[in-house]
Amino acid sequence: MAWNLRFRRKRDLPDGLWLKCLGCGQMVFAKQVEERNQVCPECNFHFRISAGERIRITVDEGTFEELYEDLEPVDYLDFTDRKSYRQRIDEEQAKTGLKDACIIGTASIGGHKTVFGVTDSNFMMGSMGAVVGEKVTLAAEEAVSRRLPLVLFSGSGGGARMQEGVISLSQMAKTAAAIARLHDARVPYISILTNPTMGGVAASWAALGDILIAEPKALIGFAGPRTIKLTLGIDLPDDFQSAEFLLSHGFMDMIVGRQNMKEELTRLLALLAPATHE
Amino acid sequence: MNNGNLDFEKPIMELERRILELESKTQERHTDLLALNQMRETLQNLTAEIFSKLSAWERVQVARHPERPQTIDYLGMVFDDFLELHGDRCFKDDPAIKAGLARLGERTVVVIGQHKGKDTRARLAANYGMPNPEGYRKALRVMRFAEKMRYPVISLIDTPGAFPGIGAEERGQFSAIASNLMEMARLRTPLIGVILAEGGSGGALGVAVVDRLLMLENAWFSVISPEGCAAILFKSNEKEKIAVAAEALKLTAVDLIGLNIVDEVISEPLGGAHRDPQQMAEMLKRALVKHMKELETVETDELLARRYNKWRSIGTLSQDTLVAGDNRGRQTGEDARREDTEGG
Repeated sequence: MAWNLRFRRKRDLPDGLWLKCLGCGQMVFAKQVEERNQVCPECNFHFRISAGERIRITVDEGTFEELYEDLEPVDYLDFTDRKSYRQRIDEEQAKTGLKDACIIGTASIGGHKTVFGVTDSNFMMGSMGAVVGEKVTLAAEEAVSRRLPLVLFSGSGGGARMQEGVISLSQMAKTAAAIARLHDARVPYISILTNPTMGGVAASWAALGDILIAEPKALIGFAGPRTIKLTLGIDLPDDFQSAEFLLSHGFMDMIVGRQNMKEELTRLLALLAPATHE
Repeated sequence: MNNGNLDFEKPIMELERRILELESKTQERHTDLLALNQMRETLQNLTAEIFSKLSAWERVQVARHPERPQTIDYLGMVFDDFLELHGDRCFKDDPAIKAGLARLGERTVVVIGQHKGKDTRARLAANYGMPNPEGYRKALRVMRFAEKMRYPVISLIDTPGAFPGIGAEERGQFSAIASNLMEMARLRTPLIGVILAEGGSGGALGVAVVDRLLMLENAWFSVISPEGCAAILFKSNEKEKIAVAAEALKLTAVDLIGLNIVDEVISEPLGGAHRDPQQMAEMLKRALVKHMKELETVETDELLARRYNKWRSIGTLSQDTLVAGDNRGRQTGEDARREDTEGG
């Protein structure tokens, strides 16, 4: 079970019975956390979840139809650091069962048909290379041609993927250009930023929704907190770059907990529905 | 101490010193003049030789040379009557991005230029060329004005990156950059960008979503600095690792022509732009005028369609597109250099 990786298990307890919450440090019942869609019952901490899990808890059962599933990463730069990019991709693919960090498809949410996408922060930190950039672009183009609302969940601590160099960087421009066309076509776009959404992902398509929603306590920003700390040599405020910090500074429309996400998206899509059908 | 001269420039400096010495002593004797001419020729060959073999990391160092001309130098040398405009109409004026009206040849244009500063005081004031959100918002405001008046926009790019600071995050650095990317993609007027020296990641791209992206020969453009890349991937700040990272990132002008990111490389004077800023400015002006004239003949809807395709076609993952690639209208580094040599 992939989600187990995100909990530290207490050694002398039977596997998977108790878990230590990364938010409050309390020992909590694994089963209870699971039932609450990976949210801590004590402190409401939202654990990271896989793209598959996100789709399962968000869209109407049996409505998700994947698009562009064949797209695979290309090693444009022939990039090698401590190991080759090719080798990293193989390892990440084996670890996650994904081809890259993004899944796109069509799906209904509360009966409303959408073009739906999600990035998975388990695959190379959810970083955006050409696959993520291309899939998000195709999703925006698809939403325009089918006149369906676009709903994207982002989760990326990595931002633009270093191993694809300037090709990754250019995906910021490419996706932003596609979102511009979607706005010009008067198709609504709901962007949900989950923990963490940083760097080149935050500074391109994730920021460009008509409606911006964050999950509670999600880390969202441009520069990583470590970079800022190192550059300035100062301690950062406690809630710095949190969803709540962004809401109070005027950069999010709302914070919605995972438990209510489907319900809130359904409400929103119902209100938006007339606009998409002229 | 040397004036920020780079290690690989030392043989050049040494030979120049000897030439100057001989020039001051020479008494117009035939043998002296012969020797002098020979030394001048050697100097040319030596410089050409050293600069033709620069590694990626050495080019990054040339791009960061303390005497390399900056935005403010080009504002004076390339444009006539630059009139600076200030402020984002919201929070404050960001000195790391200059903006204003100017004349380029016959035309009124809007110029935005990332500004680093020449001495310590100016550098501090300009935050070492690292813009805050208000800088990107000022750039967007003047670009909207350009759109209204159908003035071409010239964007001069030179930044280590967007500023990683508390205030920058409070005021939505991610949001300001994202907005610029989106709005530049659909701005209804021609846009030309030039990477003058450093093209640091999203901080550079935030003013670089243009119709034509040009690059000076020794400039770099990358998703991350070589130092940042080495720190993350090699957990190291050793020079050798940084050099390896610089090579791996494919950040030089010639690399980026090959990857279809950059449309034209503008050759630098022998030994780099800092050896002859005036000549550099003339070459830059010629390139800007050429591209501006080409773009002005394109009807606006067509211009926007082409701009969309330019960025849309990067990383489409189809091997066919990769190999065949739309190379029409693009020049290789070699072509660009040849043309400039012939023209100059």
